[in-house]
Amino acid sequence: MNVIEIKDLVKIYNSSEVKVKAVNGITIDFEEGEFTAVVGPSGSGKTTFLNMLGGLDRPTSGSVKIGGTNVWELSSRKLIDFRMNNIGFVFQSYNLIPVLTAGENVEFIMHLQGKPKKEREKRTKELLESVGIGDRIKSRPAKLSGGQQQRVAVARALASKPEFILADEPTANLDSKATSGLLELMSEMNRKHNTTFIFATHDQRVMDKARRIVTIEDGKILKDERFER
Amino acid sequence: MLFSISWRNIWRNKVRSLVIITSIALGIFAGVAATAFMKGLAEQRIQKVIKTELSYIQVHKEGFRKNSEFSGYMPDAANLVSEIRKIPHVTGSSERVIIQAMAATAETATGVLVYGVDTENEVNVTNINEKVFDGAYFEGVKKNPLVIGKKLAEKLNAKVRSKIVITLQDTANNVVSGLFRVSGIYTTNNNMYDESHVFVRVDDIMELTELPAGAAHEIAINIDDNKNLELVEGEVVKVSKGNEVMNWKTLSPEMNYLTEAMDLYMYIFIIIILLALLFGIINTMLMVVMERTKEIGMLMAIGMNKMRIFSMILLESTLLTLTGGVVGIIIGTAFSNWKSRDPIDLSRWAQGYEQLGYDAYVYMNLEPMMLVNITVMVIFTGIIAALYPAYKALKNDPADALRIE
Repeated sequence: MNVIEIKDLVKIYNSSEVKVKAVNGITIDFEEGEFTAVVGPSGSGKTTFLNMLGGLDRPTSGSVKIGGTNVWELSSRKLIDFRMNNIGFVFQSYNLIPVLTAGENVEFIMHLQGKPKKEREKRTKELLESVGIGDRIKSRPAKLSGGQQQRVAVARALASKPEFILADEPTANLDSKATSGLLELMSEMNRKHNTTFIFATHDQRVMDKARRIVTIEDGKILKDERFER
Repeated sequence: MLFSISWRNIWRNKVRSLVIITSIALGIFAGVAATAFMKGLAEQRIQKVIKTELSYIQVHKEGFRKNSEFSGYMPDAANLVSEIRKIPHVTGSSERVIIQAMAATAETATGVLVYGVDTENEVNVTNINEKVFDGAYFEGVKKNPLVIGKKLAEKLNAKVRSKIVITLQDTANNVVSGLFRVSGIYTTNNNMYDESHVFVRVDDIMELTELPAGAAHEIAINIDDNKNLELVEGEVVKVSKGNEVMNWKTLSPEMNYLTEAMDLYMYIFIIIILLALLFGIINTMLMVVMERTKEIGMLMAIGMNKMRIFSMILLESTLLTLTGGVVGIIIGTAFSNWKSRDPIDLSRWAQGYEQLGYDAYVYMNLEPMMLVNITVMVIFTGIIAALYPAYKALKNDPADALRIE
């Protein structure tokens, strides 16, 4: 079953002198439970593609349907709510709220969703335990290693029970040990809970884990390969 | 949770927050202390006028205040005084006979206002007896004692036990004179009052003028607390049988204006302080928003809507301002309370102050309502200061913000 349907997606950046086509007519579908790596050289349009897919960057033309909803036809207010309820984000530099503890960072998105406190606390505990840092629930991000912070970010992304998780270079700031641990974790989430992951990455280790690799170059899909892993 | 984030955000940059909190606290402290000082100064001036010159409430025959005619007396003033004393919160009342007269010594003469007072009752209404610095209040002179002001004594070149001839008109409009002897000299620090007001015993003046027994031109009433003024005034009106009842605010409107003007000046002063602080707070909040562009972008990305972002910035600015404000209010209140018991000594400038009718020792007086109003103004400043930075925050595009390294 297709979770995401993308059709003729185009993004043109208008600078004062030149027009840059960052994404040039991408059409692709993603199914539920896929573990996909979007790869390509720097400037190929990976991040722009992911931003449009995640409802962050408005495309010049084309459509992005998530669970049947054309996200770019939503009002900006509804789009924010849609992102909150349907898309989980994991960023390269973790982007946790520094003044909140690990637990509060995870709980925050559920607070935005209006979930009751008891439910929030229970799920936060479960999620942090599932990403292997249940004992750091009261630690602030500054007290955590890069790998631990990214695990909190994954737990936060999962907290809202999204349709899929978009991860932009999630391993770029991690050492090899933290990277393999994080990839193992996300792979397990994918296998156990059928969570859909889409990565933008350069990292070969991520590619080695991915069951689908979409290669983008000059804003177009060059290759779309599937692997049995 | 939004409250918690906003509060913790304030302490992310402790030095910057402490600098702005300290400046707000100092500004508010100055505002509170200045307010308490000015209020104390005005209140003392008013109390002085009430206690020495006016009393809280006065009763006259209709029209007496306008023409001051000797015939404008209340024939049953003594009965009225008895009725008034029964009213709750009344702590004293005294009937007075008031006559415009000429006071003369062997050297010179001048026009004065003679107050015939019941010496026992008068001390419960005004404190002229406490203002006598030379001689005594109707003591030491057996026949026709007279109490005069320092300025008048200087003008007439009179001393204690000096003879002064008071010339006035009696009830039949005959010019009559009486020989009085100075028993005491008072000073209220109000030269105009001291120069024109002389006090004699009511019995002496009644004998001289042949005013009917029990009659008086004025009844002066003292009460326990100014907050009961309107209540007591209403009760006095009920028993005053058509006579004119006036409180100190209508008797001396300039004193009432003094309070109102002081309040207005103080609010203007505090608004100026807050305006100056406003730009500092805006600057701080703008720095906060600029520094957190990426974080705000992330919050927008994960689902924090514009209203929540706006509320977060607003809350942070308000909490920052309120923290400084509360510290300033606490210090200002503590200082004012201390100085309400141990007065501020302005005796070095006493001459100038006293010429204006103010005391050289000022007891600060802080009204709780003023503190409430200052707190509201501080909160309002915090909200105003947040508007532009919050607007800047909302202009962030999450995709652009997240690209920031």
